[in-house]
Amino acid sequence: MDNFQQLIQYVLSGLSNGAIYALIGFGFAIIYNATGIINFAQGEFVMLGGMLTIFFLTVFHLPLVPAVLLAVMISTIVGVVFERLAIRPLRNAKPLRLIIITIGASILIRGIAMLVWGKDTHALPAFSSNEPILIAGATMLPQHLWIFGVTVLIIIISRIFFNYTMMGKAMRACAYNAQAAGLVGISVKSMTLISFVISAAIGSMAGIIIAPLTMTSYDVGIMLGLKGFCAVIIGGMSTGFGTVLGGLVLGLLEALGAGFISASYKDAIAFIILLLILFFRPEGLFSKKETERF
Amino acid sequence: MTEKKRQIIVFLIFAAAALSAPFFLKDSYLITVLIFVGINTILAIGLNLLLGYAGQISLGHAAFFGLGAYISGILTTRFPLDPFLVMILAAFCAGALAFVIGFPILKLKGHYLAMATLGFGIIMYIVFNETVSVTGGPSGLSGIPYLSVGPLVFDNDWNNYYLVWISTLAVMLLAINLTQSRIGRALRAIHDSEVAARVMGVNARILKVQIFTVSAVISAFAGSLYAHVVTFIAPASFGFHFSVELLTMVVVGGLGSIYGSFLGAAILTMLPEFLRVFHDLDIIVYGLMLILMTMFMPGGLVSGIQMVTQYIAARKAKRKDEHAQA
Repeated sequence: MDNFQQLIQYVLSGLSNGAIYALIGFGFAIIYNATGIINFAQGEFVMLGGMLTIFFLTVFHLPLVPAVLLAVMISTIVGVVFERLAIRPLRNAKPLRLIIITIGASILIRGIAMLVWGKDTHALPAFSSNEPILIAGATMLPQHLWIFGVTVLIIIISRIFFNYTMMGKAMRACAYNAQAAGLVGISVKSMTLISFVISAAIGSMAGIIIAPLTMTSYDVGIMLGLKGFCAVIIGGMSTGFGTVLGGLVLGLLEALGAGFISASYKDAIAFIILLLILFFRPEGLFSKKETERF
Repeated sequence: MTEKKRQIIVFLIFAAAALSAPFFLKDSYLITVLIFVGINTILAIGLNLLLGYAGQISLGHAAFFGLGAYISGILTTRFPLDPFLVMILAAFCAGALAFVIGFPILKLKGHYLAMATLGFGIIMYIVFNETVSVTGGPSGLSGIPYLSVGPLVFDNDWNNYYLVWISTLAVMLLAINLTQSRIGRALRAIHDSEVAARVMGVNARILKVQIFTVSAVISAFAGSLYAHVVTFIAPASFGFHFSVELLTMVVVGGLGSIYGSFLGAAILTMLPEFLRVFHDLDIIVYGLMLILMTMFMPGGLVSGIQMVTQYIAARKAKRKDEHAQA
């Protein structure tokens, strides 16, 4: 029974981390599908979300909701500025230059965060009570429910956006074939910008809902970003359920690995999975058709 | 003067300057800094062969540097082995590892390659940190012996300077030769267009793995040198941050330029030593450098210098014309 309870506990924490990885993965997929760029600064949006919320809560003593909204807004503005200043001028550059520029942007954002907020880790108070809920002998925090709830909500909204709105459909058209989309009158440039907006907003939201559980600091973006990337690679760069599954699988394996094998190698698990997937199934675990990755 | 002669002269001038520098420096602190410039030059050249010539990115090169340092450090502190033999062994191990992972990893391109090498680098960093009984873990490994040849012990700055810089010059010479050989041309062809290179009969797949291996061997060699010069190593020196620092050196100096690698290594090693402010701001400066260089000077400082000299030459020629007309 004791082992079973532990198992449930690991599964719970694995799933909640996995939901976060899936959200971060979405951010990667949205920008990748619109531009063909893997945005190395994706993790920094996640960091900004958490750090900005704490900043507004503690320095300006704002209530939670306006603090969260402001944090998401500012992260989004950072995303827009980044796209306008660094990505748009280099639209037709070779991947190597784009990789270097997004890495540059990511360490620049991280550096500024360090300068402003210091190197300490900060904790965001839980959204609602800290009273644990007992499920099958395992404890679950209300924050876990928040994570699942917000993740499901974001997934539903993005589904509706991509499938039923004009703008969402236009973005999908750009992902299939940017030139053809341009020919039917879709502005590829503004779709690129919008992809950065959405991806920054989702990323920062992920950073906000995880911050009460795991604490946050100026440098959480590297690890969270990479794990989100791992999730989206498992999901085959899709903005659909592949990535959600990818995130959950990664979160579960990590939690179980840390619980039953070794906690010190927890982070290594994600990267070993990442390498294995990249080596053997770069098109993702859940997609059927072969895709070329240039 | 032929191109080849010109290159030999440039190299000889550079070598003479490097080897005579300590005689003009009264300050031993400056010599210490230059030792690290030398080690970082070796590393930057190693990465540049891969990044600047073959056009393949690696965000995990600090791992090979660390592997060299740890193999040398661990074996020479635990066993009475000849450090130079261990150095060769370390280079061989790093090369073998690079060769083995090179095949699957270099099948990937662009962003995917960057992520995969980054993942590899972080796995190695975790291993350096967590195998405490072997590596000493986060608190590091100390008491690594100095190198020695007969009665000559490399235990002071002066000796270490020559040890490092003679190695650096050797690596430079090797890299210059390599890039101008048939292999170097093939690598540049892959950089421009892998498909076209293959059509011309270049075996791109093997060649990419080979240059990745060479690059890893050079990095591991630098790691061994570093371990014996500093005599203390800790995982913090071999993490993602250092991989990005190496990338910055190569990009700032100039992709595909051996002397550019020296320039980048020199600037990035010396800046934090001489600008106290830089200590807190270093990652901001790296970020800005990467962005600004990529946007405005993709060829790095070396291309910037060329642009300036060409501009001056053009103005001189113009002035001459005007004089002639007058």
